Parts: sequence; C-alpha cells; structure tokens
Amino acid sequence: MNTLIFRVMAPYITSLMLIFSVFVLLRGHNEPGGGFIGGLIAASALAIYGISNGVPAVRRAIWAHPIHIAGFGLLLSGLAGLPSIFAQVPYLTGLWTFPTVFGVELAISTVLFFDIGVYFVVLGAISAIALALEERTDD
Amino acid sequence: MIGPESPVGFYLALAAPFIAAAMAPFAHRVFGHRASWLLALAPAYILIHFFGYMIPSRGSDAAVLSLAEGGRYLFALPWVPALGVGADFLVDGLSHTFALLISGVGFFIVLYAGGYLKGHEQLGRFFSFILMFMGAMLGLVLADDVITLFVFWELTSITSFLLIGFNHTAEASRRAAIQALIVTGGGGLALLAGLLLMVSFTGTLSLSEMATIAPAIKASALYVPILLLVLGGAFTKSAQVPFHFWLPNAMEAPTPVSAYLHSATMVKAGVYLVMRLNPVLGDTLLWSTILPVFGCATLLTGAILALRQTDLKLMLAYTTVASLGLLIALTGTSNETVIKGAALYLVAHALFKAALFMVAGTIDHEAGTRDVTKLGGLRSLMPLTSTAALLAALSMGGLPPFIGFLAKEIMYKGAAYPDLPSIALTTSLVLGNSMMFAAGFVVAIKPFYGERKHVKEAVHEGPFSLWGGPATLAALSLVAGLASAATGDVFIAPLLSAIMGETVEVHLHLWEGFNIAVVLSAVTIGLGLFLYWQIERVRATVAGFLSAVGWGPDKGFDQAVTGLVRMSFALMKRVQFGQMEGYLTITFALVAAALLIPLTVMGEWPSLDVLPDASDITYYELATVFLAVIGVTAVLLANNRLTAIVSLGIQGFAVALIFMLFGAPDLSFTQFMVETLSVVILALVLTRLSLFKRDRRSIGEAVKDSVIAIACGVGFTGLLLTVLAQPFDARLSDFFSEYSFVIAHGRNIVNVIIVDFRGLDTLGEIGVVLVAGLAIIALVRMKPKNMPVAVASPADTGHEVGTSPTETGKAAE
Repeated sequence: MNTLIFRVMAPYITSLMLIFSVFVLLRGHNEPGGGFIGGLIAASALAIYGISNGVPAVRRAIWAHPIHIAGFGLLLSGLAGLPSIFAQVPYLTGLWTFPTVFGVELAISTVLFFDIGVYFVVLGAISAIALALEERTDD
Repeated sequence: MIGPESPVGFYLALAAPFIAAAMAPFAHRVFGHRASWLLALAPAYILIHFFGYMIPSRGSDAAVLSLAEGGRYLFALPWVPALGVGADFLVDGLSHTFALLISGVGFFIVLYAGGYLKGHEQLGRFFSFILMFMGAMLGLVLADDVITLFVFWELTSITSFLLIGFNHTAEASRRAAIQALIVTGGGGLALLAGLLLMVSFTGTLSLSEMATIAPAIKASALYVPILLLVLGGAFTKSAQVPFHFWLPNAMEAPTPVSAYLHSATMVKAGVYLVMRLNPVLGDTLLWSTILPVFGCATLLTGAILALRQTDLKLMLAYTTVASLGLLIALTGTSNETVIKGAALYLVAHALFKAALFMVAGTIDHEAGTRDVTKLGGLRSLMPLTSTAALLAALSMGGLPPFIGFLAKEIMYKGAAYPDLPSIALTTSLVLGNSMMFAAGFVVAIKPFYGERKHVKEAVHEGPFSLWGGPATLAALSLVAGLASAATGDVFIAPLLSAIMGETVEVHLHLWEGFNIAVVLSAVTIGLGLFLYWQIERVRATVAGFLSAVGWGPDKGFDQAVTGLVRMSFALMKRVQFGQMEGYLTITFALVAAALLIPLTVMGEWPSLDVLPDASDITYYELATVFLAVIGVTAVLLANNRLTAIVSLGIQGFAVALIFMLFGAPDLSFTQFMVETLSVVILALVLTRLSLFKRDRRSIGEAVKDSVIAIACGVGFTGLLLTVLAQPFDARLSDFFSEYSFVIAHGRNIVNVIIVDFRGLDTLGEIGVVLVAGLAIIALVRMKPKNMPVAVASPADTGHEVGTSPTETGKAAE
C-alpha cells in the first residue's frame, strides 16, 4: 500500500484506534464493549499500521513479540482468579473494592484484570497471525 | 510411627519411596554409589512400619488387634469427595504380605543396584526410577479405592517402562520398553473399564465394600464383561499366555530391575488383583474355568521355554512366567487348600526368584557372561554367592525343609482329586514343577560346579551389596520352612483369610505323614532330575520344535505394530489427501446432512407460522437484508478471489447491522471487528498464495458446490426456525438480568457473563485463542519442504499428494 495519504494518516488512525480500544475495554462492564472487542480493535489498529508502514515498523513499535503479549494476557487472566482462593470462595469468583482516589470512587475488581488479560490475548494472538502473514508477503 | 496406631507413620511409609526418589540424584552426586545405603532407609522404614502390624495386642485393654488376631486397618483420606473418590488404603493379610515383600526385597535391591551399577553415570536416575516404582507398587497393593488402585497400577506400568528402557541407547531396550508399555497399558485400559463397570453396578468405589455384596455382582448380567475386562488387565500385567512375550524381552533391563519388577513385585500385580478380587468375583464356573486353563497353559509354556534357554536371566524369566501361571491357576480353583498353596508359593517365589536373579546378575557382573554353557566351576571363587544360589534353588525345586516344599505339598494335597479337571490340573502342576526344578538347578549348579570355565580371568566374590541380598532371601526361604508353624500363624493365615474373604485358620507342618502329595512330590523330583540330566537334549528338542513352528506372539506383536502403521497410512492417505477443496466439500456436505437428515427423519420441519407478517418488517430491515444479498451476489459474480473476499465482507457487515437492529450491540460490535479482520487476514493469505486467478470451476463442480451450499443454507434456516418455534425458556436470561448488577456490579450482561459468571469458560477460550495463534505462526513459518504432506495448489491438485507420506511410512516401518 504505497499511497502517500494512507502512509501519513495510518499512525494517527492506529493511535486513535488503540486509545479507543482501551476505552471500549474499560467501559465494557456497563456498556457495550469489553476485553474481547477491545482486543480485536487493537489488533486491527496494528494491522493497519503494518499494511501502511511494514511489519518491521510494527514490531519496533510494540517491543514485545505479539505472541508474548498473548501469553502475558493468559497469565494475567489466570492470576486474576487466584485472589478468590484467599477469600475462601471458588476460583475466578469476582472480588470488588471501591477505593476513593482524588474524590472519585473507582471500581477495582479481579474481573477487571481478567478482562484486561482477555484483551491482551486477543490482541496478541490476532496480531501474531496477521504479522506473520504480512511478513511472508514481504520476503 | 510403627504399626497401625500411627496414621502419620502409614502415610509416611507411602510417601517414603517418592521422597527418596526425589533425593536420589542429589544423593548420588554427593555419595556416589554409596548413596544406596542412604536411599535403602526408605524401604527399611516401610518394612519396620509394617512389622508393627504383627505385634500381638497385650492384655484386655488392647484396642488394636494384630493381623494374626484378625485385624484390618483402613486409612481414608478424601481426594475427590464430589465423586466419592478417596485416597483410601487397606492393610489386611494380602496387602500386608505384599508390602513386606516390596519393601524387604526392595531394601536389598537398592543395595544391590549400588554395587551392580557402581560407576554408572546415570545411577542417580536409576535409583530415582526404582524408588518411584517401589512407591507405585506399594500404593497399588494397599489401595482400597478402585480409582486410587488404577492410578498406582498405571504408575507401575510407566515406571517399569522407564526401567526397562534404562539403557536407552540400545534398540532392543527401547523395543522391550515400548512392548511392555503397550501390553500392560492396553491391559490397564481393560482393567479400568472393568473396574468402572463394577463401580456402576455396586455404587461404591471401595473394594472391601464390594466384597460384602459379592453374590449380587456374580448374579448380575454385567458379571461376564466385568470378569473378562478385569482379567484382561491382570493377565497382561502378570504375563499370562498369550501376553507372556513382553516379560522375557523386559530382561533387557539391568538385573536389579529384573530381580525386583519382573520376579518379585510388578508382574505379581496381576496375581495380586486376582487374589484381591477372589472374594468379589471368584468361585463361579467361569472363574474356575478361565483362570486354571490360562494359568496351566502359561505354566507349561513358560517352563518348556525356560529349558530351551542358555542365558541365565532368560531361563529365570521364563520360569517366572511359569510361576505366574501357576499362581493364577491355583488361585482360580476356588479350593481353600489349593489357594493356601498359592499363598505359600507367592511368598516362596518372591524369596527364591529374587535371590536367583541377583545371583545371575552377580555372575554376569563378575564373570562377564550369563551364558550357562560358557560357565562352570565358580564355586570356590564365589562361595557365598554359590551357597545362596543353591539354597534358593532347593526352595525353587520344592525340597524339604524349604518353604517351596511346603507350598508344593499343599498345592498337590488340595489339587489331587479323581475328577477330570483336578487330574488335568495336577498333571500340569507336576509337569510344570519338574521343569522348573530342572531350570532352577541349571541356574544354581551349572555355573558353580564342574569344570572351571569362564570368560574373564580374575573372577572373585562380589562385595557385600551383591551377595548380601541373595544370601538373606535364600536363608529366609529355609527359616520360613523350618519354622513352619509360625509361618502359618503369622503370615499365611491372615493372607489366606484376605484372599478367601473369611477368617481361616492355618496349621502348617513340614511332615504331614505319607499321602498322595508325597508321591506326587517324588514324581516331580524324579522327573526334574531326569530333565536336568538330559538338559542338552531337551534344549535341542525344544529349539527344533520352535524353529519348526517359526512364529510366536513376539513376532505377532511386531506384525501387529507394522500392520497398524500401514493401516494408519492407508487411512491417512484417504482422509488427509491434501486437497483443500476436497476437505471443504466433505465438511459442508456433512454439515448439510447433519442438518437436513434429522429434520426430515424426526419430522421437525417448522411450519411457516413462525415467520412474522410482512407488515411487521420495517423498510430498514429490508434494506439491510438487501445489502447482504448484494454482497453475496457480488461474491458469486466476482472476477477474482480478492474481490470475492471483500464482497463477502459486505454480507458480514449487513449481518452485523441486523444484530444491531435487534438489540445485540455487543454481538454486532464483535461481528464488525471479526468481519474486518477476516477480510484483512484472508486477503493476506490470498496474496501470499497468489490466487488472484478467477475460479476455474467446471459446470459439474459448480453445480455440486451450489447444491451443497444451498442445502447448508436451507438446513440452517430450517433449524433456526424450528428452534424459534419452541417456547422460549427465560429462566437463564431472567437470572442474568436480575443478578448481573446485584452480584457482579455490571450492567452489560454479556460482558458480565463472559468475565464473571462464565469466567472459567472464557479462560479456556482465550487459552484456545493463544494456542491457535501459536499453531498458525508455526504453519506460516513452515517451509514447504519440511511439510509432511505435500500441499496441493490448484494448479497441480492431486499429483504429488501422497508421495511424502509413503516415504515417511517406509521409514516408520
């Protein structure tokens, strides 16, 4: 994809989509959204960047290998279930706390971390596939 | 810590071999081969712990009875309480005898291994394996819960595999290990099925509880399948004909393994199982037909094949097969006196056979060969070893006053009756015993007496670790025979009571007066002496007969494995023919069939009443459907595949819009993203495969594909309409909408279900996503030349497919 407009615009579109994906992820518990959709949006963002600027640029931008990101996500989701053991409830039972930070009540929960894990797995696995396929078109 | 009053001591005894196994590599690194003395503390502790069960209770206030006084001890731990599975262990006469044999023989085996494999760089690993096996075997004989029993049963197969294949650089070792694993593992599956049938019939997992309702089991229709499956497990493990071939091959293992697993313990697991289940399944016509027939066949086959061998270990291996057949045959008679003979023979065999195996290993270790025709006159050089060998052979030959003599007298006394089955059994026993007599003396006499000949120059007595075990075990054979009254009261009575499932008194005497048993004994010894005298001629005759037959189960095993490999490849070439279009055609044709056939056969086609009235459909819904139709039409008319993919995306977006219109924003959102990404990824795949060409489909193919596609579409529509015609069960949706915010603090029910109510499902799903990603990366990176199956591009479909599997197939054969 060698159009100049696309190449110039792609980083902005990617950034916007990534921010949007985090927004979708975080609002997911009460509004349409969540880790799965957020991860898909983030993966599309990276795919766009890859199509416009090439796979090496994407790999530089995200530092880690995408499959490592997916592995981290699975680990995070798995670990998010563990605190429930200390609370004497079954594995993966959601635990909630509502601390007030700067006068704003926040809802922090194990479920949130679980969903963030889902986000990373979807983002990592889909990007890994897309990048691997794109790379083959380069060589 | 000793005896039944200490559960902690009991669990420590169960865990001790595994703890020692974990320590073994480190102990070996620090102490070298002397680590055996440290590691032998584990079996020593187990032995002492189990001796505690024989301490008589004192006075009237003694709450705990000893075994001889009829005590039985249950140690129960919850394991999977929801399924009723418990880590339950029972100590009674049977499991106690086995526990003593496992730990007692095991103690000497560990010491022996230290001397025998001295300087072997993987000795630490060897200790680890053999101690793990000890723990598995101990768990197996003590388990009362069938699931626990099965887990330990399989663990003995696995550790045995590791031990047989210990010399993993030798091909024969690897083959023997795999063969043993396949035979005993396959039998293990049959056993599992049999045990589960028993559980489903009785409703209990406890063996001792099953024994209380034995008549009901024997009367049930499930009795025959249960018996056959359980015996399938026992016969493979205990090397009964026709599954006996793996045991002699397992002699590839180092001698300590042969002495321990393949004489005293593991191969007796099948005998143990038969004895354990005698109160539950025994004493029926089927039981007392199958067991003696297979047992006697094994006894005679093993004994004849033993005479044919010249390798000391192989002779002993085949006599072990024979002894196992003897034990199975005796246990199967359901006759108390005969089973008493089996109980005695069980103990006697473990003592003399382990001793003889260790002697054979010592001869090999010191003189450099195990071939009996190349050995002779070692007695003065190895006095202690030769004495131990002689004592063990006397017990094996059944001469007074050894325990082997007691066993033989009692089995003859019980078996000799003037009816046809008894005569057949007695004849087999006499023939088998006389052949084993000859084989035992060949092993114990030939290498030590006669003209001195051996391979190595400087032959001398081994260290204590090599002769201590055989000497002690052989001496015990003598002591147990001399102290026959005590042996009977303390060991055999509880053992026999456990096998019979009722309290039995045992009074043993070395001399019971002149009776039929004495005559049969004399015949046995006479025949044995004749065979020993004519051993060369016997060997040649048997060898000639075998080469005339030219086929055996061992060869059959190889043929079966080769046949299996060939069949797999034939099947794979048929199922995995390497042509994508073919896979898709089959998949979708089956989908269509799975949808249409049940709808038609069950008469479930929906009536059209469920369709909404035309007036209820809004213009924007129609427009969306129209959009989807445009997309699909574009796919069909597309000039190249890239256009087709993008057009398919139009249809996908239209579906996403429909989800949105009908109030499923999350679903619609996901559908949009998935649709986008699939277009991107499919486009990437297609550019890579350079498939820009237009579909080249003949009319015939096009018609076939359209028929399948339309059938799928009609099928799905029919299925969905049928589902819609059912009354809607709102219980789940009501539950979720009621509790989503109250319990899980979320108003988006879909997301709450994903991350909270069904969190474990999601965890599994993202695991699948990750693995799928890994697999696709591997596929993409794989170079075509590394691919096991040639990938067919449309240009050369079906030409080169099948060449590489055939090559791999040849390599595998």
